[in-house]
Amino acid sequence: MAPRPRGATEPAAQRELLSAGDVARTIARMAHQVIEKTALGAEQEPPPVLLGIPTRGTPLAARLAARITEFSGVDVPAGALDVTLYRDDLRRRPTRPLEQTQVPGTGIDDRVVVLVDDVLFSGRTIRAALDALRDHGRPRSVQLAVLVDRGHRELPIRADYVGKNVPTSRSEDVSVRLAEVDGHDAVLLRAGREDAR
Amino acid sequence: MRHLLTTEGLAADDATALLDTADELKRTLLGREVRKLPTLRGRTVVTMFYENSTRTRVSFEIAGKWMSADVINVSASGSSVGKGESLRDTALTLAAAGADCVIARHPASGAAHRLAGWLAEAGTSVVNAGDGTHEHPTQALLDAATLRERLGGLKDRRIAIVGDVLHSRVARSNVHLLATLGAEVVLVAPPTLLPVGVRSWPVTVSHDLDAELPALDAVMMLRVQAERMHGAFFPSAREYSIAYGLNEARLRLLPEDAVVLHPGPMLRGMEIGSAVADAPRSAITEQVRNGVHVRMAVLYHLLAGDGADRD
Amino acid sequence: MNEVLIRGARLYGEGEPVDVLVADGVIAGIGAPGVATVPEGAEVIEAAGQVLLPGFVDLHTHLREPGREDTETIETGSSAAALGGYTAVFAMANTDPVADNAVVVEHVWRRGREIGLVDVHPVGAVTAGLAGERLAELGTMAKSAAGVRMFSDDGHCVADPLIMRRALEYSTALGTVVAQHAEEPRLTVGAQAHEGERASRLGYTGWPSSAEESIVARDCVLARHAGARLHVCHVSTTGTVDVLAWAKGLGVDVSAEVTPHHLLLTDERLATYDPINKVNPPLRTEADAERMRQALADGVVDCVATDHAPHAVQDKDCEWAAARPGMLGLQTALSIVAETMVRPGLLDWRGVARVMSERPAEIAGLPDQGRPLAEGEPANLVLIDPDAEWTVHGAELASLAGNTPYEGMRLPAVVSATLLRGRITAREGKIG
Repeated sequence: MAPRPRGATEPAAQRELLSAGDVARTIARMAHQVIEKTALGAEQEPPPVLLGIPTRGTPLAARLAARITEFSGVDVPAGALDVTLYRDDLRRRPTRPLEQTQVPGTGIDDRVVVLVDDVLFSGRTIRAALDALRDHGRPRSVQLAVLVDRGHRELPIRADYVGKNVPTSRSEDVSVRLAEVDGHDAVLLRAGREDAR
Repeated sequence: MRHLLTTEGLAADDATALLDTADELKRTLLGREVRKLPTLRGRTVVTMFYENSTRTRVSFEIAGKWMSADVINVSASGSSVGKGESLRDTALTLAAAGADCVIARHPASGAAHRLAGWLAEAGTSVVNAGDGTHEHPTQALLDAATLRERLGGLKDRRIAIVGDVLHSRVARSNVHLLATLGAEVVLVAPPTLLPVGVRSWPVTVSHDLDAELPALDAVMMLRVQAERMHGAFFPSAREYSIAYGLNEARLRLLPEDAVVLHPGPMLRGMEIGSAVADAPRSAITEQVRNGVHVRMAVLYHLLAGDGADRD
Repeated sequence: MNEVLIRGARLYGEGEPVDVLVADGVIAGIGAPGVATVPEGAEVIEAAGQVLLPGFVDLHTHLREPGREDTETIETGSSAAALGGYTAVFAMANTDPVADNAVVVEHVWRRGREIGLVDVHPVGAVTAGLAGERLAELGTMAKSAAGVRMFSDDGHCVADPLIMRRALEYSTALGTVVAQHAEEPRLTVGAQAHEGERASRLGYTGWPSSAEESIVARDCVLARHAGARLHVCHVSTTGTVDVLAWAKGLGVDVSAEVTPHHLLLTDERLATYDPINKVNPPLRTEADAERMRQALADGVVDCVATDHAPHAVQDKDCEWAAARPGMLGLQTALSIVAETMVRPGLLDWRGVARVMSERPAEIAGLPDQGRPLAEGEPANLVLIDPDAEWTVHGAELASLAGNTPYEGMRLPAVVSATLLRGRITAREGKIG
């Protein structure tokens, strides 16, 4: 095996797309967009339900919900929706452990559900999430919020709320770091594994 | 994981991963209208039961169906098994016909290991649903899931397994799994119903149930077949029941929050009093419910991945 | 060709090499190398310092004919015996039909003579149909052309003490020996493997040592009172050795055999779940195997017998409980004895001659086997290369079945040649 080019996976090859401050500002902006688009606060409208897709979608959904509540004064329920059991690529990888699913007590029937994920890439995770949602109930509508949209969709799926659009090459790797999981907030772009080979 | 044949030798991490998956599945399915996951679509699971056991077979069948696998049941009476075809030929036939997983119950100890050997080339997974008096790993896993749920964990918990340990695959599987997960296991039985060499097992041994009860976190009552008295394992059902049966008086010796388990089918009045079986601290119906989730977890771990992490 | 010169063999593996001239079925001369002139047309075997012993005698072989000719015939079994260094074998009675009458034993005996590779001595059943209920016609079989010298219900124990007593008493008049498969059936109901730690963990119903020991003890007492000769088949437990030592101390006329597999293998093999390791009596513990080796060296156990038991693939490549018990043994016995007894120094080659030839011939009362290596004695001989090694492959063995537990094992000692009454029956791994 040829030696790996040094530095290919070292921090030097990373570029920071969003700093911790950028992440916070982006989430705040997305919260305003959700409030606007879902007409939150209108009397007859029940608030949307935010469902994060584990691992990092879950804390993102919680943060987004907190911001929305802060800005609108309306309690927005947030939960988690693990899509592992609905993936179409299970047999391409070793068995994955299941992540937590936590649907808020309000349920999702006839509610607007906002799926929240960190990075939108091929769209397959979101397809799995739509299948999973169907087994939990019948939302009135489903929307999608992502922190980063990096392109390269393989399915006809688009996000309703995008924190940052980042043109990438397929071999690059977008890595979202969140304090709840990683100890700090940041979004990094790294030269991918294929480049390193 | 490629097969699930025994709990002896099952690593603590693997056992915990199975139990965690079972917990997640249980939570995921809780209160849902549609108890169906697409995870194992297109995968074929065959249950192959050479002994009657409606409860275990049905539990596996539901588990497979809730994961969207195609589940086919082969029983000894309704197939070429009854015509004297060898276990090996039956297994190879099922693998050739496309079975991804064979769930086998067989009266011969070691049968599941033999199946795994014969099916190695076909790449078919084997789940041991009980082989002779050897092991019954999914029963032990569902017992562990139930105990975890009730007790909050298994580390340093004291659990007694009472009754016919000698002839019990449930006991063997539980001894190994519970020990692996850090519990203290006490076997309580007359000397005739304890296996030779039991002192080498990771257990302590007692012949006095009353003396053990006050310090227990859980007690697992094994089924004792009355026919055993013909092999002179004990004098009579009455004497057995007096010494080792869990009746209401004995239940009072157990700590308030201790759990009562029974793998079923129960002989009410023999090893367990009817009121005891139905008491709130009895987890017997939870065991059955958890059985489905544990078996789903097993099928998920054996069949959902790409096999790269297989043995 | 009826003359053979074995050049440069070491008798019993001792002393300087000598030339051994074989003519007309007997040892015609033994002399210093090169002294004897090679007779015209004599076959010469270059022994080059290899070990010459009297041909082996196996008191316990299953040749499966009549009845299971798909697994072994008298012909293939004779080949395996000759290749294993044997010049006489005792074919057990549990054939189909059972060798419990003169017709069957004479058939076996005659087939053995026709094939001519090894003396095949049929063992007669003790009880009719091996059913343990009434005596077979022991006298008729003893006086038949087959001249039956040993009776056994092997595979089954003569469990009824009254039947065993009568068999022992009756045989005193015939000069025959009763060989007991010692297994108390009430203690071994459903038994699958040695009752111990390993079988318990694997959930195999146990086969207690006491099931063997209690029968051996009982039979020794019965033989003592009957003044009869008792032979104990395939002893396998420490306790049995203790009982034998006690009985021999009392002067009971009891002899005993141990199989090669009980010298080498233990119930550790259970962990394979592979019924190739299933045998009756079962593989015991390491302590038992060690005691077997010691008892064989001490003479408390008299001899080695193979319990050669060919089985069809379908009777072995199945679940443990469904498998038939038994292992091939004829072609591997010498190597296992070399591995377990000679290499560790428990027996020298003279000792091997004792336990594989002389004692079994004595026990069965064969006048022309197990004889000294001396001029005028019958030329039933085996020449052994003690330094050679070989790898066991069941498919390459002469038996029709391939159920050897030693598959793939590399073992010491190779049979270079076997001579039956001066005729070469096996040489360099080939018949004749």
